[in-house]
Amino acid sequence: MAERIRVLVAKPGLDGHDRGAKIIARAFRDAGFEVIYTGLRQTPEQVVNASLQEDVDVIGLSVLSGAHMTLVPRILELMKKEKLNDVLVVIGGIIPDPDIPKLKELGVSEVFQPGASTEDIIAYIRGHVRSNA
Amino acid sequence: MRSPGTAIISDRERRMAKIIKERPFTTISGVPVDPLYMGPVQDPGMPGEPPYTRGIYPTMYRGRLWTMRQFSGFGSAEDTNKRYRYLLEQGQTGLSVAFHLPTLMGYDSDHPMSEGEVGKCGVAIDSLADMETLFDGLPLDKISTSMTTNAPAVILWSMYLAVADKQKVPWTALRGTIQNDILKEYIAEKTYIFPPRPSMKLVVDTFEFGTKHVPQWNTISVSGYHIREAGSTALQELAFTLYDGIEYVEWARRAGLDVDDFAPRLSFFFNAHSDFFEELAKYRAARKVWHKVMTERFHSTNPRSSMLRFHTQTAGCALTAQQPNNNIVRVALQAMSAVLGGTQSLHTNSLDETLALPTEHAARIALRTQQIIAHETGVTRTVDPFGGSYFLETLTNNIEKGCWEYFDKLDAMGGMVSAIEQGYPQREIQNASYEYQMAVERKEKIIVGVNDFISEEPPIHVLLIDESVGERQIAKLKNLRSTRDNGRVKQTLDTLRQAAQSGDVNMMPAVLDCVRCYTTLGEICDTLRAVYGAYEEPVI
Repeated sequence: MAERIRVLVAKPGLDGHDRGAKIIARAFRDAGFEVIYTGLRQTPEQVVNASLQEDVDVIGLSVLSGAHMTLVPRILELMKKEKLNDVLVVIGGIIPDPDIPKLKELGVSEVFQPGASTEDIIAYIRGHVRSNA
Repeated sequence: MRSPGTAIISDRERRMAKIIKERPFTTISGVPVDPLYMGPVQDPGMPGEPPYTRGIYPTMYRGRLWTMRQFSGFGSAEDTNKRYRYLLEQGQTGLSVAFHLPTLMGYDSDHPMSEGEVGKCGVAIDSLADMETLFDGLPLDKISTSMTTNAPAVILWSMYLAVADKQKVPWTALRGTIQNDILKEYIAEKTYIFPPRPSMKLVVDTFEFGTKHVPQWNTISVSGYHIREAGSTALQELAFTLYDGIEYVEWARRAGLDVDDFAPRLSFFFNAHSDFFEELAKYRAARKVWHKVMTERFHSTNPRSSMLRFHTQTAGCALTAQQPNNNIVRVALQAMSAVLGGTQSLHTNSLDETLALPTEHAARIALRTQQIIAHETGVTRTVDPFGGSYFLETLTNNIEKGCWEYFDKLDAMGGMVSAIEQGYPQREIQNASYEYQMAVERKEKIIVGVNDFISEEPPIHVLLIDESVGERQIAKLKNLRSTRDNGRVKQTLDTLRQAAQSGDVNMMPAVLDCVRCYTTLGEICDTLRAVYGAYEEPVI
């Protein structure tokens, strides 16, 4: 049997809106993923350190405060420094349309906006996870 | 349908049972709903009379309309001041301040944690200087102001009082509300700073201070809004909120305050979600349950102590990013339930709520929605027009019953602070939120434009806050730190620390001294963090 997909669900930024993060964490678990939830208000350094320590295949970021264009590039930069090239990065939350191409150019694989179903997100991860999980 | 112990099942009931079995219908909260309701129902009494199920005033909106209070704040104090002037010109009747996240979390705009967040979700307020700008040209004796601040409520309220001093408005003339509901932060909204117990002490300090010095101010707005937004059911929203109210009264009593001194200044804040009758029943049950709580559990004798007054905001979580213009309709229907439920003030969300902070255009439509309900629909002419409906009265009684059941559980856990420490309300909400999401994904619950009736629409114009707001705010702060009397700042912070350490003095005077000499919110919070500690959420 293949190894289980390991996902870090992280909430960078100051907002405490964790409804989405918690739903997705639980849906991942129900789908058979190994889930590590960081809790609230993680700095980019904390997110990347946790990804390294937990040896995850996927980082799922949830941002609703509008700080994504500051925080996400920093996370991607730190990931490059740590050579986390195989780790898939997906984002959920309130991300305005014009920011999506910019985020993808920086290395984000997919952005899920409000209304995305957990089923679609899970299917996306299964189809795109880069390590041989 | 059948009262317990009734042995005879009528044909009517048998027919109904068959219909229900064929296809169960549930509210948005998952509560089963019968196809038809029959009498008799209990007489709900008169509005303006205990238990106030039908409203707290005998004539309700015939006497005075609700306050139209749009929650607003973005960018700098200058930007938001301009928006306030605009909203007041457009006929809004009260202000409601949205602070940005660093302010709510007790960080100055130049703190590393604030990077990327300045002015994004609300207005950036670091010191009294920003607060002076925010209310520039707005006479505080003529308007009422609600401030959504919880963990640092003592600080922002102190800043408001200091602005009143500068405008030479006596505190006794001030009207408004601080949200100041820290319990729901641990339960749902998660913008906490200190651990629950010292935070509760700060809340009680504001009750005491307000009673003595700012008698027209609502020192708390016990809030279900955020609990609902976090995914709770209607019943959980009401039960946890009213029980939070019980917890505050308990703590204040324990600190030696007389219930009838402070209880008349307690106010509430509920969500207006999309399930029309369930929401109506929730507001009616709220008044009934709170009346019983105050008179029977706390033996209040002042009638105003047991009259539940509340603000309502339409449900942000019920709005969709897809086909955003549909949100105008959702908001109108939600607002209608709040009005029919007897709200004292109302915020209607903007159509772009799920995408960004509102544009002026979107904010105007939201306000106009209230004005249409107030002046065109005629629903304000009659008090509690659905009162006596078999369905509504049954729903109201069921929600009331559900509240008592939750209260028993929470009592058994030793109160709300203990329940939070055990993760109980958090877990209940998390489960409800997950079940709802799954029901949406199974298409048992339909969200128009999201899981059915999907169509592509061109994107709408949204408000973007540019990064220069942060740069300007940081420059302002730097200038402040180099021009104020830093000796005095240090002195006031030392006094504050000693007051916090002693644990038995009211913190308001020390905080007021700090803000008056332009000590920043971050500096005050750092000092308090050093004494009280910082809260870390248990993993649930």
